[in-house]
Amino acid sequence: MVDATLSAPRVGRDPAWVKGLILTLVVGFIVLFLVAPLAMVFAGALSKGAAPFLMALGQPDSLSAIRLTLIVAAIAVPFNAVFGISAAWAIAKHRFPGKAFLITLIDLPFSVSPVVAGLIYVLVFGLQGWFGNWLSDHDIKIVFAVPGIILATIFVTFPFVARELIPLMQAQGTDEEEAAATLGAGGLQTFWRVTTPNIRWGLLYGVLLSNARAMGEFGAVSVVSGHIRGLTNTMPLHVEILYNEYDFVGAFSVAALLCLLAIVTLVLKAVLETLEPEASRHGL
Amino acid sequence: MAFDRPEPSETALTPVADPTTAPAAAIRLDRVSKLFGRFAALKGVELEVRPGELLAVLGPSGSGKTTLLRLVAGLEFPDEGRILFGDDDVTLTKASDRRVGFVFQQYALFKHMTVAKNVAFGLDVRRKDKPSRKDRDARVAELLKLVELGDLGKRFPLQLSGGQRQRVALARALAVSPRVLLLDEPFGALDATVRKSLRRELRRIHDATQVTTVFITHDQEEALELSDRVVVLNEGRIEQIGTPDEILNAPATAFVAGFVGQSNAFHGEVRAEVFRAEGMTLPAPGLADGPAEAFVRADQWALSSGKGLEVKVLRVPPSAGLLRVEVEDPHGRPLEAALLRAEGVAKPAVGDKIRLRATGGRVFPSP
Amino acid sequence: MVSLAPDARLTGSAPARRWTRSFRRRTAVPGFGLTMGITLTVLCLVVLIPLSSVAIKAAGMGWSDFAQAAFSRRAINAYKLSFGASLIGAVINGVFGALTAWALVRYKFPGRMLLNGLVDLPFALPTAVAGIALAALYAPNGLIGGVLAKVGVKAAYNYTGVVIALTFIGLPFVVRTLEPVLRELSADVEEASATLGATGLQTVVRVIAPALLPAWLTGFALAFARGVGEYGSVIFIAGNMPFKTEIAPLLITMQLEQFDYASASAIAVVMLLASFALLLLINAIQAWSRRHEG
Repeated sequence: MVDATLSAPRVGRDPAWVKGLILTLVVGFIVLFLVAPLAMVFAGALSKGAAPFLMALGQPDSLSAIRLTLIVAAIAVPFNAVFGISAAWAIAKHRFPGKAFLITLIDLPFSVSPVVAGLIYVLVFGLQGWFGNWLSDHDIKIVFAVPGIILATIFVTFPFVARELIPLMQAQGTDEEEAAATLGAGGLQTFWRVTTPNIRWGLLYGVLLSNARAMGEFGAVSVVSGHIRGLTNTMPLHVEILYNEYDFVGAFSVAALLCLLAIVTLVLKAVLETLEPEASRHGL
Repeated sequence: MAFDRPEPSETALTPVADPTTAPAAAIRLDRVSKLFGRFAALKGVELEVRPGELLAVLGPSGSGKTTLLRLVAGLEFPDEGRILFGDDDVTLTKASDRRVGFVFQQYALFKHMTVAKNVAFGLDVRRKDKPSRKDRDARVAELLKLVELGDLGKRFPLQLSGGQRQRVALARALAVSPRVLLLDEPFGALDATVRKSLRRELRRIHDATQVTTVFITHDQEEALELSDRVVVLNEGRIEQIGTPDEILNAPATAFVAGFVGQSNAFHGEVRAEVFRAEGMTLPAPGLADGPAEAFVRADQWALSSGKGLEVKVLRVPPSAGLLRVEVEDPHGRPLEAALLRAEGVAKPAVGDKIRLRATGGRVFPSP
Repeated sequence: MVSLAPDARLTGSAPARRWTRSFRRRTAVPGFGLTMGITLTVLCLVVLIPLSSVAIKAAGMGWSDFAQAAFSRRAINAYKLSFGASLIGAVINGVFGALTAWALVRYKFPGRMLLNGLVDLPFALPTAVAGIALAALYAPNGLIGGVLAKVGVKAAYNYTGVVIALTFIGLPFVVRTLEPVLRELSADVEEASATLGATGLQTVVRVIAPALLPAWLTGFALAFARGVGEYGSVIFIAGNMPFKTEIAPLLITMQLEQFDYASASAIAVVMLLASFALLLLINAIQAWSRRHEG
């Protein structure tokens, strides 16, 4: 019996010391930059025990921040889901010139600084803005009010669903839709019965990511909100206010709630990633 | 032709084996076994590859032929046994130190390098005896000319057809003056016409370079047509080693007889050295009485006026030369027979019942 | 063709109908007019028209006012910080992101799934949360900052603090762009390299690295672009001293707080142009990586 594996390593298998070195560096890096901040949030929230943590969350201002965050996400996410499905249908299932350019335009919000994303809505709807006079004459407030926050959130989460669905639907091609058409199915029937089952995991994935971003957006919302406590404060903005007031337990308590949201998002994402190849295999 | 005579220098493609003085085996596998977990891919394989020969390893998928090739290349290592290149024991030598040329089934070309860079790679990574730039370029040009890709050196692999990629892979493997050239299903990924022409190409290139070559295939036609000798592998064991003629006409085992030559199997009995089944008889010299299995190839049938296997004609496709008939036996099993056109014998029509007699075939005792 | 109706209504013209007809001959899938109509309308209302407002605002300033606002000493210092720290963060992620992708794809080790999930944390964690956590950790009285302070390194409320935040925020990009390419790189290619006599290191340098380069550059550029515009995670750890530790997005909010919309727009235009340039660069890298395929 020859123990060949020890004396002659197989191609593509790194020597043990290389593997050890790389893993040490990677784990060190991840702990320093990802694990430590995560732990810090929970440590900060619970630094004085569970009672102050729960009390901080029970504050009326905190509760209204949670409520506003949920409202904003409940509007922005479905809006972008509908847009994303429309865009993916038009782009992935049809041929037309300028397709690559259109995709670039849809992706644009990802490359705009969140602060600029807030600024543009101030310029359009603010008092000095294009519609400022008209809006104030009709007593409509968009900037420094909830509608502005929703608009800014829609902007920063705009590409998520579309960018998830376009490649997925492109990869699936149009064979099944064409087959459905030859079998006499109408457009909506085809969409619900043929397309939707093929894209549901991808859609869920896009919704999940856009929801996380919608609930956690800070820069853009910060610019358009006006920081009015109890009225235009979302959870991330409330974190900032509490932190700047040196209420660290309060700040980290709200932050811990957002952390939980992030962790749930990551877990669901991992679940979807294992489901999705499964789904596409069944789709064949 | 630069490959006609052996040259000791680096620019010679390969040292040509002189059949009179060369050692008996270029490669020897000495009781080699390989396990993957609990699955035994190879079980005590004994094999000698002769210098300069073109050897085919033929077997169904899962027979262990890829494992055998990868063991020779040093991409896997045996659990038992030794591998020798000439007199060198290379059992534990790394792939990078074995100097083999390996042509992968999917070619494994380096996509970001030009064709010329791909071919030059083995020379560029050399740590000692690295050829000069001029020598290297000359050799690359020579090899590209050999595989008839002389003017495609500046292209990238993804810009080539499947057959052209295959040739690049071949040239790249030959560039290192390998002690043995190993090809994994060399024509598996190509369509039928390209296959045929590349088969002839491989034979030509082998004859020009005289490099000891082992290729694996599941296609018996490919193995029989192309190689000097064939190894038939089944379930990790060698069933037979022989010339294509021996494999075809003197199969050593029931497996070889069944696997090669589109044979039909018949279960019957041997009595007094004669095999009988369903009205047909075959001589079975030296076989003891008892249940047996006979294998008859399509070209080993003749029309019989007297006794024989009764079959019904299903189809008579038009053909030149031999008369091909598709028939079914009384059990509804389809057979194909290629009959000699005999004078005065009417061509059978669809639906006819005819009798066939076996003019050849091999009989093995039932296991 | 029922599907054409909404499109014709939206654009209200016959040429539009001809346009759709002539370009979508090759598919029988319905709904092009409706979905394209929704897409273009929403895109214009939500993204394009609002975005044009900064350009229009800045254009209304006149060149000298614009230059004064966009290239004031304070603004220049802010750009230097945003771009410089982003570059350093991207370099750090270029190195460690590559190692992380390598470990995730090639090694089996306990906790691999956890590590894999953690890599996406910067995508999922609200930036403000990351900001206060990093600030609390790396401040001189924080857990890590305290250790660093003992060896004389100040890691918060200065340039280093900005780099730390931008490293955090850019972390997933290099990992996630490299991972699929590394995974798809077939074992064949490495084995081919080995049979041709290359050592492990030669295979990595000559075969694997060139194959990964375009994806690595893309990830690097994405991390850099993200860092340049980043706001939430940085402002808590940066110190925010004008001329010193004030990032460009923060300067925009400072101008806004003084209702100086024109100056804010001028800086925003510079930043937008920079992001578009990066976007073009990334597209160019992608095109370059496909150069061998035509």
